Amino acid sequence: MSANEFLPWVRRAAAPQALPDVPAPLDAGCTTADSPSGLQRRTFIQLLGLGGLVMAFGPGGVRRLEAAEPTPGAAADPWSPHVYVRIDDDGAVTIVCHRSEMGQGIRTTMPMIIADEMEADWARCRVEQAVGDPKFGSQNTDGSTSIRDFLHKYREAGATTRALLEAAAASQWNVDVAEVFARQHEVVHRPTGRTKSFGELVTTARTVAMPAPSSVRIKRPDERRWQGRKMPSIDLVPMTTGTAVYGADVTLPGMKVAAIARPPVWGAKAVSVDEAEARKVPGVERIVRIPETPIPGAFLPLGGVAVIAKNTWAALRGRDALKITWDAGPNGTHDSQAYKATLQASVRAPGKPGRTNGDAGAALAASSRKVSAEYHVPYLSHAQMEPMAAIARVQDGKVEAWAPTQSPNDARNTLAEYLKVDAANVTVHVTLLGGGFGRKSKPDFICEAAFLAREVGAPVRVQWSREDDLRHSYYHAVAAHRLEAALDASGKVTAWLHRSAYPSISATFAPNLPGPSPDELTNGASDIPWDIPNMSVEVCPAVAHARIGWYRSVNAIHHGFAIGSFVDELAREAGKDPAAFLLDLIGPDRKVDLSKAGLVGAGDTYYGAPWAEHPLETARVRRVVESVKQRSGWGTPLPRGRGRGIAVHRSFLSYVAMVVEVEVSPDGTVLVPRATVAVDAGFVANPDRAKAQMEGALIMGMSNTLYSEITFAEGTVQQSNYNDYRVARMRASPHVVDVHVVESEGLPGGIGEPGVPPAGAAIANAIFAATGVRVRELPVGRQLDGWEARASDKGRAVAG
Amino acid sequence: MITLTVNGTRRTFEGDPTMPLLWYLRDELALTGTKYGCGVAQCGSCTVHVGGKPARACRVLMSELEGAAVTTIEGLHARGEHPLQVAWREIDVPQCGFCQPGQIMQAAGLLQRTPKPTDQEIDAAMNGHICRCGTYPRIRAAIKSAAEKSS
Repeated sequence: MSANEFLPWVRRAAAPQALPDVPAPLDAGCTTADSPSGLQRRTFIQLLGLGGLVMAFGPGGVRRLEAAEPTPGAAADPWSPHVYVRIDDDGAVTIVCHRSEMGQGIRTTMPMIIADEMEADWARCRVEQAVGDPKFGSQNTDGSTSIRDFLHKYREAGATTRALLEAAAASQWNVDVAEVFARQHEVVHRPTGRTKSFGELVTTARTVAMPAPSSVRIKRPDERRWQGRKMPSIDLVPMTTGTAVYGADVTLPGMKVAAIARPPVWGAKAVSVDEAEARKVPGVERIVRIPETPIPGAFLPLGGVAVIAKNTWAALRGRDALKITWDAGPNGTHDSQAYKATLQASVRAPGKPGRTNGDAGAALAASSRKVSAEYHVPYLSHAQMEPMAAIARVQDGKVEAWAPTQSPNDARNTLAEYLKVDAANVTVHVTLLGGGFGRKSKPDFICEAAFLAREVGAPVRVQWSREDDLRHSYYHAVAAHRLEAALDASGKVTAWLHRSAYPSISATFAPNLPGPSPDELTNGASDIPWDIPNMSVEVCPAVAHARIGWYRSVNAIHHGFAIGSFVDELAREAGKDPAAFLLDLIGPDRKVDLSKAGLVGAGDTYYGAPWAEHPLETARVRRVVESVKQRSGWGTPLPRGRGRGIAVHRSFLSYVAMVVEVEVSPDGTVLVPRATVAVDAGFVANPDRAKAQMEGALIMGMSNTLYSEITFAEGTVQQSNYNDYRVARMRASPHVVDVHVVESEGLPGGIGEPGVPPAGAAIANAIFAATGVRVRELPVGRQLDGWEARASDKGRAVAG
Repeated sequence: MITLTVNGTRRTFEGDPTMPLLWYLRDELALTGTKYGCGVAQCGSCTVHVGGKPARACRVLMSELEGAAVTTIEGLHARGEHPLQVAWREIDVPQCGFCQPGQIMQAAGLLQRTPKPTDQEIDAAMNGHICRCGTYPRIRAAIKSAAEKSS
């Protein structure tokens, strides 16, 4: 693949991929998208467990569709007014979900928008998971894009279908189409009250001319049934009864299980392999070398030594019994302690400008009241609950894979490239994802399964252990930040200098990259909403020594932590209330076209959208801050050891503010008893799922801030499992998360990611309020041990 | 040979006695509701009941299970309507859903011992489970809701 394709930190085409505006006939492979070719559908449904991927549902609950299997003949040529919609002759509606479900609820939200617009009866709709196919438009479920890129397409798909059914009814009755309207799976003739069910209209609807997209009428807000209201997830029954199908839950006849010993260092190669002990493990059948992929490797597997066995336990035991000598290669000296100093030195020298307003250097030099601080955020790993697993079969030159992938088309293209077959001969089925967070947008693990399936001539499931997951991830970049600001006599910020250094995601795709590009700063550093006349936001060199990848909210994690913490430090220095200071810093209401605001080296698009469509609206920043300030009881007294912190951040085109309350025990343990969140993401289709994303983002923010850290020594990850890669658990987690989803008809922004960036700063600021200890290096870990004795330390930033 | 019951059905096992129950359930019985998350009893995704009590299937070896009665999420309630399963759905607890069978099995064990748990008792019982999506507040609410409705 071309490295250029992947250079932007947000892996997006310049503009969202267009969808066909005319209906594309569905090929047989798609109408049975859940079914592998060569297997009887019945067999496969048994394998998957009916209900995992084929469900009927209603607003009041979920039920299994007993007659989910199409009758012979009917399924051969169902009416498909749009690639996302099929209607059988009996009126049953199938909505094809082309995005991957990883907890954000898209398998519910996408269908509910379409069903709402087409006036389908929700209880007569079912959802089918699409295979990877470009005809669906982008299926790359990352960048918080599902609704912000597709809301209009989903509405148009539903409204087009409705228009065709209405036209069909008008034709059957021989009346003007203006006299008819669709209502809950039927079309009504207004003057006479006559009705025709959707099923009765399908045959005629096939013959009706497709309306031009511009002529299709999208519902007015007052006509919507479900959009903007809570809709329960369609997968609740399988998820609570153990029948939901994730990656490792797919089994094929004659399937083998593989576990792989991968190079412990990025770019290492196996020098010698002693297989003797592994072969003695009962159930081990074969040992297969997978060639190491040279750095940078992109989406391709790391390579290594695979143990093929008849079951998972034998594969894991056999893998652990391998004795391999590795040549570590150039990254064998990578050491997190030393690298921290490297990054720190990098941000102490000027970098490449990403935003320049006025003259921050001169303003700082002239100021008598300067504040500076440096921050450090470690490597992180997604540690999603489901370790990678993929199943593949290679037969007659055709490759078929089942995987919990965020991006089935990337998987398909990468498999084609890796196995040197035509993409037309590759099918990728998407299971549910047991968490994704960006890790599962990389198909390296699917390539492993396909390579091994071809080598052994049988279907293979590759099962990663948790240790594999933590040691062979695509890590969230370790980052250093340096911020400097000048305050005038009244405490107003007159200059802002922000430098950051972190290995770039682009280094996973392009060799010998000296560091990130200024464009990466538009992920929450150069697009800040502050009203400051002199600003310089710069990015500094950092060479990658590990695979770097997207992790929920990407660079906005460390940008948000450093910026949100520094603003709190400035407020303390100015002697002002942090919330009041924040509102002052946001300044007067204004709409800023960021592409004309002094950005340097920014991309053609902003989170993949046109810059002009998403100006920075400071009124929206102010509104979310005021919302959390008011609802959190900001300013009311708290007992000793408790404190509140506030932060606001915009990323993925959405605005999120948080007030987090922490309780720090005398031994330094941090609990987060409550949090208040406000999110303005434009139009929100399914507000309860948006709330759930905010709850989850806050708790993932707790993990990132309080506990989690990947470190390297001699090029090797030092953590192994959840005992030393710690994440948030229930005891520390909030009892109350009060989420305010701002009601809006505005263009939708992201929901999955924007909640994470403000969480880190809000927690760190709350810790300062509670203890007087300023946390500038993450994770907090044991930094608060003995905080009471140090309580006199006000944690003030050192005047620079 | 090891003889045990799983969800009320008598089973015999003649394979590697060091195999953890987790892989027996998943690979041999196709009971895939019990999830692999860590293999070292750190995350709770594989929680089942052994002898009526929650146990981490990744750390219980087949050799320890002679005569044991094992219940998995598939066997918790015949129609999937255990009060906890119902509460989980009412509160829309799951996000990705992967850890939830283990969470529900652990919570079922808690309610059996402690029908009206306090927040502290819930936290203590559930702290061995990880939900990376961060559904903890809703899990806590669902356990309390199920406990209240069972009165």
